[in-house]
Amino acid sequence: MKTSKKSFAKITALLMLTGTAFIAVGAVAEKTIRGDHFATLRHAPLNTEPTPPPLTNEKEHHGSLARNYPAQAPIIPHQAHKYQINRKVNQCLSCHDRSRVHESKAPMIAISHYLTRNNHFLAQVSPRRYFCTQCHVSQESSTPLVKNTFVDVDKLVEASANKKQH
Amino acid sequence: MKMNRREFIKANAVIAAAGAAGLALPTKASNLITSSEFTKLEWNKAPCRFCGTGCSVMVARKEGRIVATQGDPDCEVNRGLTCIKGYFLSKIMYGEDRLKTPMLRMTNGKFDKNGDFTPISWDKAFDIMAEKWKATIKKKGPTAIGMFGSGQWTVWEGYAASKLMKAGFGSNNIDPNARHCMASAVGGFMRTFGIDEPMGCYNDMEEADKFVLWGSNMAEMHPILWTRVTDRRLSAPHVRVAVLSTYRHRSFDLADLPIIFTPQADLAVLNYIANYIIQNNAVNWDFVKKHVNFRKGMTDIGYGLRPTHPLQQQAQNADKAGASSPSSFEEFKKFVAEYDIDKAHEISAVPKHKLLELAKWYADPETRITSFWTMGANQHTRGVWCNNLLYNIHLLTGKIATPGCSPFSLTGQPSACGTAREVGTFSHRLPADMVVANPKHRAITEKIWKIPSGIIPPKPGYHAVLQNRKLKDGELNCYWVQVNNNMQAAPNMNEEGLPGYRNPENFIVVSDPYPTVTTQAADLVLPTAMWVEKEGAYGNAERRTQFWYQMVQAPGESKSDLWQLVEFSKRFITDEVWPKEVLDANPSYKGKTLFDVLYKNGQVDKFPLSDRAEGYDNQESEAFGFYIQKGLFEEYATFGRGHGHDLAPFDDYHEAHGLRWPVVDGKETLWRFKKGSDPYAKRAEWDFYGKPDGKAIIFALPYEPPAESPDADYDLWLCTGRVLEHWHSGSMTQRVPELYKAFPNAVCYMHPVDAKKRGLRRGDEVIVQSRRGETKTRVETRGRNKPPEGLVYVPWFDASQLINKVTLDATDPISKQTDFKKCAVKVIKA
Repeated sequence: MKTSKKSFAKITALLMLTGTAFIAVGAVAEKTIRGDHFATLRHAPLNTEPTPPPLTNEKEHHGSLARNYPAQAPIIPHQAHKYQINRKVNQCLSCHDRSRVHESKAPMIAISHYLTRNNHFLAQVSPRRYFCTQCHVSQESSTPLVKNTFVDVDKLVEASANKKQH
Repeated sequence: MKMNRREFIKANAVIAAAGAAGLALPTKASNLITSSEFTKLEWNKAPCRFCGTGCSVMVARKEGRIVATQGDPDCEVNRGLTCIKGYFLSKIMYGEDRLKTPMLRMTNGKFDKNGDFTPISWDKAFDIMAEKWKATIKKKGPTAIGMFGSGQWTVWEGYAASKLMKAGFGSNNIDPNARHCMASAVGGFMRTFGIDEPMGCYNDMEEADKFVLWGSNMAEMHPILWTRVTDRRLSAPHVRVAVLSTYRHRSFDLADLPIIFTPQADLAVLNYIANYIIQNNAVNWDFVKKHVNFRKGMTDIGYGLRPTHPLQQQAQNADKAGASSPSSFEEFKKFVAEYDIDKAHEISAVPKHKLLELAKWYADPETRITSFWTMGANQHTRGVWCNNLLYNIHLLTGKIATPGCSPFSLTGQPSACGTAREVGTFSHRLPADMVVANPKHRAITEKIWKIPSGIIPPKPGYHAVLQNRKLKDGELNCYWVQVNNNMQAAPNMNEEGLPGYRNPENFIVVSDPYPTVTTQAADLVLPTAMWVEKEGAYGNAERRTQFWYQMVQAPGESKSDLWQLVEFSKRFITDEVWPKEVLDANPSYKGKTLFDVLYKNGQVDKFPLSDRAEGYDNQESEAFGFYIQKGLFEEYATFGRGHGHDLAPFDDYHEAHGLRWPVVDGKETLWRFKKGSDPYAKRAEWDFYGKPDGKAIIFALPYEPPAESPDADYDLWLCTGRVLEHWHSGSMTQRVPELYKAFPNAVCYMHPVDAKKRGLRRGDEVIVQSRRGETKTRVETRGRNKPPEGLVYVPWFDASQLINKVTLDATDPISKQTDFKKCAVKVIKA
């Protein structure tokens, strides 16, 4: 039996969640070390070498991506790996700087980016915020191996408000 | 579906209109909830779960869940910033595959090393553990049991673990993964200063004129510290930055002086700088005469490989690697004289004008200079030497322990300093820099721990790499791994790690919140609470101790490492584990459980539950009936108070956003060893009080070649390391979709010419192969890392591409830390 990666992940997740008796999953040869359902980030026995997935590209999204909470650094919704940022050039700012957004139609960097370490506003972007990619990243078109069950605070607020109403 | 702004507003107008007309709509139909009754969030501080920088974050709780995190504006480390990983801390606990129950490999209801993982109760889990532990101790003695922890243990977890192993089971076979990370730094500090951890602090970053990175990619690995260096470099135009590495990486984007050197050549470059300082009369004589001694180190010390390895057998002094003999300035001068610019250039391949420029920075008496290093210097078969040589150039010039003048060893893990080093969870250490081999240190420890003398064994236990070897050899049989993923981290997995865990003689227990490569190799897996699911304390790279409260409940039956350790101690009585002669001499200890003698000892159980802060759960204290974190911390703190490691009272840390030790009279210490800023520096302007005469040591140490270099068969250097988006083995960050998608898989960074020579194109599947094993990955010829010809870089965060099947288990013979930065590989098309 050969199981595709996706269905493997599904079966694995199901096993993990239900906590029922485990069965061997996947095309596992006799000599390999069992414990496959613990391989949620690997999908292979320890003594084999899986084929690495092909390289993916950064995705172009339409508009911005939702934030998980207000203070989250926004995700870059476009390709950015070619943009140069070094001590002489910052290509991100050529669109996102205050002086450029009326032409570029890109969102302006947040006002926090003008603050020094000691909370003074500067005339230009604060050097402590200079290397954009330390906080902002693009997204490749790959699918995460494990789901995340983080709950958006809006859902919790809404649920508790509803509860109160009823 | 794509909507423009006008359409979007129109579609939402119905809701708004209904709301305005006062129509009764269900809550979810009104477009905004503003009542603070519902929108209020409970915030409290916690240090970040990831690197050794120790940023503080504010964490928001609602309805028993973590819903937001943001940089702590009141913490001096990061002042409101976090890196991309820190921004996603809120999601690290919510991977769908959290472990929720203990699981044992079983067949037909019984333990079977080749069985399937089956859920069992905690009671049954401890039953089989205790059974295995007791049988092994009875058969082979305490050296056959071991534990592997980490610099991600909280302070009290590491302390409880150390007590359980060293005082409970009488085994020194406890080591942290900080052995892979900071052991060479510790060795460097102890040899040069006689006391561990940096003299400077992060404030140096706002004071220095020149920064030099020696084997550290701060831009990715310590991003928030890099924001401080960047801030200084770009806002003060006279400031300069040099970056030294064996390949180009993101830190080079800020470099004024970029330097690529041949692997291992840092030793020659450092000796050249020392030589330059002497030859150009730049020695700070006033400082050197008053505050420095000279010594000559042992050479030809081997590579920490198995004794049967030819390289070990060739080495003349492998058995006395750490030895040294007294020397003088004149001898040192003669020793480094051979490292002139020609020789340094020849070994390092660095252009001479760059070597000269760098040497001038250190030599100029007016320049305040800060050196940073991390794994490039520490994960090095001469890592302790490398640390010593770095201190040499700061000591020759007296550029140390004053604002901006700082040789600064950066830390990899959140509590490598606070737990692994300060608590002393290494196989040779005890709290407050003491060691098991010293009878006085053992006596002090046994007294504070209120246990009979003769319990702590004098012989150092197995260190990290040796533990894997002993597992394979069947000499270490019961093994407990907590807070780390060593099957993915430890070197030479194929020949040492995996055969060790799967050795039928061994029983392997792994505590983790998530399934990992290590749990995959285990026999028993324990579901573990993490981060703000427990009350904790971490200590960062600038000696800053930071606390946090338990803010949420861990899922399912998950329990913290602390609960696991202390609960397990109830399964043993002293008669089963302590030497008979010790018990006969101290009969009052007979028949007591290890829980009684280690934790319910009148000290650890001293603080009542009522001491806890209101509004925060505390699973462990509720389980044991006393405020156990406070008790453990206060007992531990007695080791350092009055001895240069003073910690503040427990409760202060829940208020302050971190304090840098020594904290004396409520005041933290920014620069140690300097009169005026360190209350312990009294005897002279600089007082290196870790040494009896107050003098630091300059060591004469040569260049020696690495353990393995490329040759005709394996023609490339391999360097491993991290990436910005993932923490260590990725077990937390790979479960955050945004971080996963930012860097989903490992790749093999390679120079385009090297790729072309092998008929490879970007994206091709390749096998990276060494004499020990191989892994499959894909070629990357562009992107953030740009190796020179002859070197490849493969990060180790990816569980599906285990580069540690390839790496060599050569270590620094003094620190026993692995060199993950150099071995020989070939890359072939898969």
